[in-house]
Amino acid sequence: MAKVTIDGRSIEVPDGTTILQAARMIGPEVAPPTMCFYSKLKTSGGYCRTCLVEVTKGSEKDPRPMPKLVASCRTTVMDGMEVGNNSSPKVKEARKGVVEFLLLNHPLDCPICDQAGECHLQDLSYEHGSSKTRTDFERRTYNKIDIGEKIQLHMTRCILCYRCVKVANQITDGRVHGVMNRGDHSEISTYVEQAIDNDFSGNVIDVCPVGALTDKTFRFKSRVWFTKPMLANRSCDKCCGKVNLWYKGEEVLRVTGRKDQWGEVEEFICNTCRFDKKNTSDWTIEGPTPVDRHSVISANHYEVLTKPSVIHLNDIKPLPLKEGNKI
Amino acid sequence: MQLTNRSKVVTKPEMTFVESLYLPAIFSGLRITIKHLFKKKATLRYPEVTREFAPVYRGMHVLKRDEQGRENCTACGLCAVSCPAEAITMDAAERKAGEENLYREEKYAAKYEINMLRCIFCGLCEEACPKDAIYLTDRIVHSEYTRGEFVFGKDVLVEKVDQRIDISKRKKEYTI
Repeated sequence: MAKVTIDGRSIEVPDGTTILQAARMIGPEVAPPTMCFYSKLKTSGGYCRTCLVEVTKGSEKDPRPMPKLVASCRTTVMDGMEVGNNSSPKVKEARKGVVEFLLLNHPLDCPICDQAGECHLQDLSYEHGSSKTRTDFERRTYNKIDIGEKIQLHMTRCILCYRCVKVANQITDGRVHGVMNRGDHSEISTYVEQAIDNDFSGNVIDVCPVGALTDKTFRFKSRVWFTKPMLANRSCDKCCGKVNLWYKGEEVLRVTGRKDQWGEVEEFICNTCRFDKKNTSDWTIEGPTPVDRHSVISANHYEVLTKPSVIHLNDIKPLPLKEGNKI
Repeated sequence: MQLTNRSKVVTKPEMTFVESLYLPAIFSGLRITIKHLFKKKATLRYPEVTREFAPVYRGMHVLKRDEQGRENCTACGLCAVSCPAEAITMDAAERKAGEENLYREEKYAAKYEINMLRCIFCGLCEEACPKDAIYLTDRIVHSEYTRGEFVFGKDVLVEKVDQRIDISKRKKEYTI
């Protein structure tokens, strides 16, 4: 066991836990944001540098601070380690720079992008970025690649987090897509424009933190905040069958996996559930999905409104008179 | 029964001789009437003459086109989500090949409706718009006979290519 202190809050975690996981155990106030790390995917993380933290005390035995900011998703904790995340001005400065780098080539076409409203990059830049860019160069563009009937790839929006590649490697059998070229020229693609048709390939939509991989059957149907998420399930022989249905009126526009508080799917769902079952009759509805009050998805939805309790005049009783409490 | 002390007993005294001629009262009344003839008129002859609007006046909306006549609106829905009266509804569609001269972006508003009876002309839609598409103008919403006619569609809201609506006074300068 190792004791680690993050932003002044301590926790005991097993050896081999990363700083990021320890921070998540403490709570969302101290957890660094992530763009590429995905706890359900092995070997993910280490690409985006969003989760940089400052280690002010290496460990109990060697209390020297680490010389540079470290990626918390790849650094394991040591006993007595002290970490600064939101409390460290260095981290804030670095994160601002990371957001600027991520947005260098991002087209910022949020008004057209179907991911807008549930986009992690949008949240990240809103929270940590600046509203200015300093680059004068043209943004990187790609030729459009059709990767199948169900999934839309917008390579210009990609931030190369490699999450979808990990999904292809670990969740689906027979990987058909990956990253071509290197460095700045890297590109998510399918081998010779081969369509993706694995049973679980649709999960690349859910893991994509930006709008690079989106649901083609939902393309331009509605903005996310005009749809209403409902928890639903069905007995499926391929996956758990627990999903979120996104309703607009009576119509199911989109089916996604259920996301936890870190924006990661709880369980991966199969393509049959995701793309083919779009009738209310296919599903057992459990009820509305709880949405954070500050999320744009809850805008103009008043389900979470707590009404003031109604007091009847008959219910009001006079306070019992005590000694020294005379009127 | 007397409820308050505010009532006054009206006394009607006898008129004096001068008062009974009525002429002083008539002339003082006429003086007021004639004085108004030389005053500046408070009203305008409306359809021919219009009053000057303040540059920030918020009247009927316009959906703008760019210099090449393409619609700016991409149906991003920010106006609708910012609208406190929930007056705006829209449906998006994908631009097809050959429509590049009609719509500026890949996505466009196939249907865009503002319910003018709901609208409170607060101007939040204009403020929310990331594409310079919607502006409130100094035009007045005309009257109609039925409620249904107040749901303005794209045919009313989008400016005509040959009759552009000038919004240069309202345009804010942003430096990003």
